[in-house]
Amino acid sequence: MTNKEWPLWEVFIRAKQGLNHKHVGSLHAADQTMAIENARDVYTRRMEGVSIWVVESKYIHANEPSEQDALFDPANDKVYRHPTFYILPEELNHM
Amino acid sequence: MEINLEEQFQAKIEQEIKIEPRDWMPEKYRKTLLRQISQHAHSEIVGMLPEGNWITRAPNLRRKVALLAKVQDEAGHGLYLYSAAETLGMSRDQMLEELHTGKAKYSSIFNYPTLTWADMGAIGWLVDGAAIMNQVPLCRTSYGPYARAMVRVCKEESFHQRQGYEIMLTLCKGSEAQKAMAQDALNRWWWPSIMMFGPNDDNSPNSAQSMKWKIKRFSNDELRQKFIDVTVSQTEILGLTIPDKDLKWNESRGHYDFGTINWEEFNNVVAGKGPCNKERLNARVKAWENGAWVRDAATAYAEKRANKKNNSTEAA
Repeated sequence: MTNKEWPLWEVFIRAKQGLNHKHVGSLHAADQTMAIENARDVYTRRMEGVSIWVVESKYIHANEPSEQDALFDPANDKVYRHPTFYILPEELNHM
Repeated sequence: MEINLEEQFQAKIEQEIKIEPRDWMPEKYRKTLLRQISQHAHSEIVGMLPEGNWITRAPNLRRKVALLAKVQDEAGHGLYLYSAAETLGMSRDQMLEELHTGKAKYSSIFNYPTLTWADMGAIGWLVDGAAIMNQVPLCRTSYGPYARAMVRVCKEESFHQRQGYEIMLTLCKGSEAQKAMAQDALNRWWWPSIMMFGPNDDNSPNSAQSMKWKIKRFSNDELRQKFIDVTVSQTEILGLTIPDKDLKWNESRGHYDFGTINWEEFNNVVAGKGPCNKERLNARVKAWENGAWVRDAATAYAEKRANKKNNSTEAA
């Protein structure tokens, strides 16, 4: 017995045509074929999806939560990126 | 500037900001969650066994497909929960090892035998009913991956209780013998079901901390009372009698009063002395050991394919 744990995969499901794939959870599988079949059995038993992506978890890279404030700081003071920042006359419609 | 991580953490909890896997958390929060989620996952997996007993003996095809689907859901629920627990830093194999060696617990309800078909009804109605009562507030638990897993579980679980109640209803509308079988199942499953909510609040030392961390939202006794209150009228519709002579409506409390729970029995089953503890664990260990060659073969096949792919890329 090799006693080797199957790798972990992250599962993304497209609920219907026109929507993006969304992360739904993870599972273990020996390879990509098994990962897709297991994802079908675990995450789409009630027609929740029309398309499945699986990505081995080790290939996902993420920012450090402890540095989150600094990372997102540049967007914090730019209210002029939102339409409500601009003052326009009330009689102006459809803009 | 000194930053108190623990205070920051508690402030997030108070503001209902979910904790995610890579966020800082107190070690005890991690351990409490890991124990609770893995125990929950084990319960789903071991919970397949009492019902698996009746799949091949379901009275008709409609009942059989429903029971199969329910048991398959439970495997899925175990998987969602194992995945949530893995985000706290324990491997799947280690969790299974703790189950198989008896270090980790699972819900003691699954250590009772399923003697008749009516037990499938009583389990769906009462055991899943009690589980739902526990699980719905967990959809708002403070740890993100656990809360998300519970949302999926609760969505799928509601059919489980309805299929169980339908089995009971059909038996109760049937012959005298069938109705007696339903009553017998209620008699055997009632007390273990209300024990599922765990010890009384006075004897539940970890509860206060779990409430403060918003892992739990309601106490054991609150949930138990809620379950009893809703179950009484469901029992009346069936025309059955709950096996508790002290059960009666208390106008001033606005709740049903009920008899004393046999905590000695509960503690015995938790300690491994229930009717089926050995049988359940043996079945899990056997399944794991007998499945070893399948896991190994799949690993070997995946490696072979990966090598082949690498070689052909090099050649090109």
